[in-house]
Amino acid sequence: MSKIGVFICHCGENIAAKVDCTRVAEALGEHPGVGASVEYKYFCSDPGQESVKRAIRENNLTGVVVAACSPRMHEATFRKACAEAGLNPYMCEIANIREQCSWVHTDGDQATDKAIDIIRSMVEKVKRNNMLQPIEVPVTRRALVIGGGIAGIQAALDIANAGQEVVLVERESSLGGHMAQLSETFPTLDCSQCIMTPRMVEASQHPKIRLLTYAEVEHVDGYIGNFKVKVRMKARYVNKDTCTGCGECITKCPQKKIASEFDCSIGKRTAIYTPFAQAVPNKPVIDKDNCTYFKNGKCKICVKSCPLDCIDFEMQDEFIDLEIGAIVVATGFQVQNNALYGEYGYGKYADVINGLQFERLASASGPTSGKILRPSDGKEPENIVFIQCAGSRDPSKGVKYCSKICCMYTAKHAMLYAHKVHGGKSNIFYMDIRAAGKGYDEFTRRAIEEDEAGYVRGRVSKVWLENGKLMVRGVDTLLGRPVEVAADMVVLATAMVPQPDAKEFAKVVGIGYDEYGFFNEAHLKLRPVESSTAGIYLAGACQSPKDIPDSVAQASASASKVLALFSKEKLEREPVIAVNNEATCAGCWGCVLACPYNAIEKKDILDRSGKVVKRVASVNPGLCQGCGTCVTFCRSNSIDLAGFTEKQIFAEVMGL
Amino acid sequence: MELSNRSKPMSEQFEPEIVAFVCTYCTYAGADLAGTSRLKYAPNVRIIRLPCTGRISPMFILKALQKGADGVLISGCHPGDCHFTHGNYHARRRWMVFRALLNFIGIPPERIKYSWISAAEGLKFADLINSITEDIRKLGPFEQYDRLIGETQAQASL
Repeated sequence: MSKIGVFICHCGENIAAKVDCTRVAEALGEHPGVGASVEYKYFCSDPGQESVKRAIRENNLTGVVVAACSPRMHEATFRKACAEAGLNPYMCEIANIREQCSWVHTDGDQATDKAIDIIRSMVEKVKRNNMLQPIEVPVTRRALVIGGGIAGIQAALDIANAGQEVVLVERESSLGGHMAQLSETFPTLDCSQCIMTPRMVEASQHPKIRLLTYAEVEHVDGYIGNFKVKVRMKARYVNKDTCTGCGECITKCPQKKIASEFDCSIGKRTAIYTPFAQAVPNKPVIDKDNCTYFKNGKCKICVKSCPLDCIDFEMQDEFIDLEIGAIVVATGFQVQNNALYGEYGYGKYADVINGLQFERLASASGPTSGKILRPSDGKEPENIVFIQCAGSRDPSKGVKYCSKICCMYTAKHAMLYAHKVHGGKSNIFYMDIRAAGKGYDEFTRRAIEEDEAGYVRGRVSKVWLENGKLMVRGVDTLLGRPVEVAADMVVLATAMVPQPDAKEFAKVVGIGYDEYGFFNEAHLKLRPVESSTAGIYLAGACQSPKDIPDSVAQASASASKVLALFSKEKLEREPVIAVNNEATCAGCWGCVLACPYNAIEKKDILDRSGKVVKRVASVNPGLCQGCGTCVTFCRSNSIDLAGFTEKQIFAEVMGL
Repeated sequence: MELSNRSKPMSEQFEPEIVAFVCTYCTYAGADLAGTSRLKYAPNVRIIRLPCTGRISPMFILKALQKGADGVLISGCHPGDCHFTHGNYHARRRWMVFRALLNFIGIPPERIKYSWISAAEGLKFADLINSITEDIRKLGPFEQYDRLIGETQAQASL
């Protein structure tokens, strides 16, 4: 005979303000099989959990229903409390009366009726719950880090320095990501390359890190502790094992006018190229689309110039299969296409550039060797206008969110400009200065007070060319009057957006993403570095716009999650898996066809003499993910899903 | 859904009972998002959470209607987004077959709605609940099964 305890949480006012918890408790108290029905202000609090435990012990409860917030919030909390009180944790279920009841309904009586229905249905389920035991699965102690920017490098180094193996995959031919493109970094103005390149070298030489550059993750299978990953090694057309990176081929290549991706189209590169001089590994690749040989079938100058015969035009993409225990996704971001803002003249006027292009101009390794020169005529600009929020916080044309880094880098740009072009005048059009961070507000103050950046609060409506000057018309909202500035260069603080293929990539890896394409964390506050898929973690700007310190912090946090997973040889998993009744299984193999994970195998049942008497389906508990597709497929009702059995679900329906 | 236990609604309009079978990764999370966003929608739907739409058997739908539901909603991840890679495709195929049988078993197909709602679509969830409630309200109570049960009982008593 079941004795179910029903615990109705007020969640402060969140539930109690709409749902009459006393009426709910009384109604459930009369429900058959309920041994205790109580309400309390906060069951998730320490005294709340204690009262649940006490009630379990005192009433010898056989099951527990906590009517509270979503099971996604506190199912684990209450299952743990039940276990501590000696009850099998899988005898505890959550009835969601907050997110799906009190918060969404206006009429208190109707909400109360609905809450009673929800809880009653869950009580009927719990009556039929089974005492499940967690499943143990082995863990492959090898991590995959996807993305070789600062976040990926940090995560890889942290994991490797703790003694675990790491495979670091980067799709470009060099590590570095966006941070390698930056000139100086806020709020210290130390050179980005000086911090970044030693870390790149460290990652490439680390004995525990296997570096795969010019490679992309093609396919991910499996589950936490046991992922199977296929990586495509893109054809470099240069044998990376024999190439020494002497650079002869690069100097001889006749194609010299290809827009350099690394220099954001301000600089040029050759068809056989390394993205930048400090590239790691410093070995070139051939850009097939722009190579004369690939286009015309003639040239091969690089082949002749190579002293070691490294160039091979016949090279094909190769695939590598990896066994992986945990994945860190650190695929970074892109800058938004400024062409969305036609009124600012980006793409139309060569001297309207975005923040990343300004970084390349200001960088000592950039196309102008760190001199700030106009892309149009190579002259030093005497007056620069910076436009903040060119895309961010603009629901009509850009993105709704704040890109977080632009206030800081624009202040930095104004400072770099003041330091490099003496007497240069800068104006910054801004909406708000958001300088929250260690040393950040001091930094923007410095830009204003010491480097005389002219901050104008207001939006720019139009940029046009007049007598060789870029005319910027905006409004100064503090003075309440229109402003016009004649500038030599305009720099747009472009929004940070997800990688263009972020959504497709998320599907390959099997993680969630938001409306923009930033990857979803499992819980915004409490699990900010885990994805919704167990064993896959997030680091850096692929999750949301972030600056360098935040990216590094999240990368280290991801690494610590990976290391915690690797600290045990076996992993405990939720026992929500399919279970087959071999006595009734007819061996029709419908379940085998239905299973997305190939978790169902055919098994021979032998008699004493070893003769096969029957073949049945058998579920591999390590592979089964518990979707239950096979259960619905089963013609003989033999297979069932632990935790969501046919009996339980029918009981839930009948309990409504 | 024991109507006798229910407090009477203010108006005399018919309040349909709807059972929703949803997957935990997309639609259940979308419903949670509607809650955290404090969107308001009709209180007529009762959600039953399953790991995946692939787990939803046509028998569940029949059971809900037999129990007295006036309509049934099935909702899961968008095609291509299934947490279990393709459980929702199985559900979709199963639904196509089942739908063809609905008239045969005496259920008007418009009483069953099939939809995709992702974890990010709280607003879509709220809108869907409102529209399905209105639609089912227009169709009126589902009484065919009651009538059928009445007829069989009458025959048995002969």
